[in-house]
Amino acid sequence: MISVHVHYLDPHRSLDSPVHALDARVKFILTVAFILTVSLTPYAAWPVFILLLAAVLSVEILSRLGLGYVQRRASLALPFVLAALPLAFSVEGTNLFTMRLGAWTQTASLEGLERFLSVGFKSWLSIQAAIVLTSSTSFPDLLRAMRAVRLPRLLVAMFGLMWRYLFVLADEALRLMRARAARSGRPGPRADSRPMPSFAWRARVAGGMAGSLFLRAFNRSDRIYGAMLSRCYDGEVRSLPLSSLSPSGWLTLAGGFSLLILLLSLGVLFWG
Amino acid sequence: MHHSIDVRHLFFSYPDGHPALEDVTFRVAPGEKVALVGPNGAGKSTLLLHLNGILTGPGELIICGHTLSPATLGPIRAAVGMVFQDPDDQLFSPTVLEDVAFGPIYMGLSESQVRERVRTALASVGMSGQESRVSHHLSNGEKKRVAIASVLAMEPEVLVLDEPTAGLDPRGRRNLINLLRALPQTMLVSSHDLQMVAELLPRTILLDRGRVISDGSTAALLADPHLLEAHGLEAL
Ligand SMILES: Nc1ncnc2c1ncn2[C@@H]1O[C@H](COP(=O)(O)OP(=O)(O)OP(=O)(O)O)[C@@H](O)[C@H]1O
Ligand SMILES: [Mg+2]
Repeated sequence: MISVHVHYLDPHRSLDSPVHALDARVKFILTVAFILTVSLTPYAAWPVFILLLAAVLSVEILSRLGLGYVQRRASLALPFVLAALPLAFSVEGTNLFTMRLGAWTQTASLEGLERFLSVGFKSWLSIQAAIVLTSSTSFPDLLRAMRAVRLPRLLVAMFGLMWRYLFVLADEALRLMRARAARSGRPGPRADSRPMPSFAWRARVAGGMAGSLFLRAFNRSDRIYGAMLSRCYDGEVRSLPLSSLSPSGWLTLAGGFSLLILLLSLGVLFWG
Repeated sequence: MHHSIDVRHLFFSYPDGHPALEDVTFRVAPGEKVALVGPNGAGKSTLLLHLNGILTGPGELIICGHTLSPATLGPIRAAVGMVFQDPDDQLFSPTVLEDVAFGPIYMGLSESQVRERVRTALASVGMSGQESRVSHHLSNGEKKRVAIASVLAMEPEVLVLDEPTAGLDPRGRRNLINLLRALPQTMLVSSHDLQMVAELLPRTILLDRGRVISDGSTAALLADPHLLEAHGLEAL
């Protein structure tokens, strides 16, 4: 059996920090609350945005993940922010400049630009919070947190199975790819030989691999269901009860909530 | 007194019409340790899957005194601990704790009983204190052990194992054999590993093309190289 595993899919970094040690339920709830606060804060409430950024940056520093690590991961979300670019041109307001693209004339407004920058900043803040959560919390703990906030059990069980078998499937794909590489030696230096296998050939092989992966996943799901039935599974999702939250967990939760409510009311009062 | 496993005239064909079992009959007494051998495709896994009603074909099955029917599936599944060939199929939960607790939870035990069962099951396979480990990060041998713990936690009367030593290195295999030797349950073990069979299981059922070819003492079978070779097996 091949023992090369796919580990890089798991964002969890196990470190010794107060953020890592914090109860997953507290982290999960505060992260959702943070993202909610960020998205409810009115546009262009820059001082509030800066305070929110300060909050998430201090958590990043506390978590020992390193600012560089979080920012590198956050930059992956950058291209999606560009989807908000049309905002700069579509909102009416003080004209900034006019762009001519062939037959098109587009006018950017100050309000539009502000709105675009706000959206970008908000996404950046939210993604950082999500990165800190997933990097400092193991997935099984995250699942328990989702159960604690009463997400439907079936949904949480599905997340769990997906996470468990993502790795198994990725390992299988890796094996298939290795087998393909082993069989696709480049042709010798003949006059008509191409440097790379043709696109059509590679597409055909990739299609075959996708099909074979699908069949394997399908058969495996059958076997997993058999294994669940063997252990008396009856179609209802059940699990061990969760332990109760510690006083310090409640305290952190209350503290975090107060801060977020304060920032949100500031934003709504002065910029709403 | 009833037999642990009593299979009478069992037939089975897969939906594609391929006959996998033809008139299989055998009995296993309580405490007996029996091997199931045969070439690839003989129908060993198919037969094992019948023992707790995952597959059902015409024929009669009486497991630990219960005649297999939809009404008796619950007690039969609690009495038969099924260890699948690929531990990745068996360990479907995020952590070891959740996997080992799965059976006891569905048997309706209380939380404290479940935790007690998990503790003893992990201890008996030498994996104490590994509850919070993630299944994906276990080695193959560890996965096998946890898979066995996950059925031991149900305190089954009969253990059914499909190729338990497949994919293990020599040390993992040796550890597993020692572990199986120490377990008191009735056992039916499908395997290609005749050396393990010789060491561990005094009785062997030889299956080929869905039929029982021979059923008797392991020593007698291993002393018959012609029979072994005729059914794709190699004498030790
Ligand atoms: N899901 C299926 N659909 C159709 N045919 C199947 C299916 N599973 C197994 N078979 C066929 O049934 C026969 C018995 O298969 P089975 O898996 O029980 O053999 P086995 O003795 O366990 O073999 P191995 O030693 O390879 O594990 C084989 O011919 C196989 O091709
Ligand atoms: Mg098999």
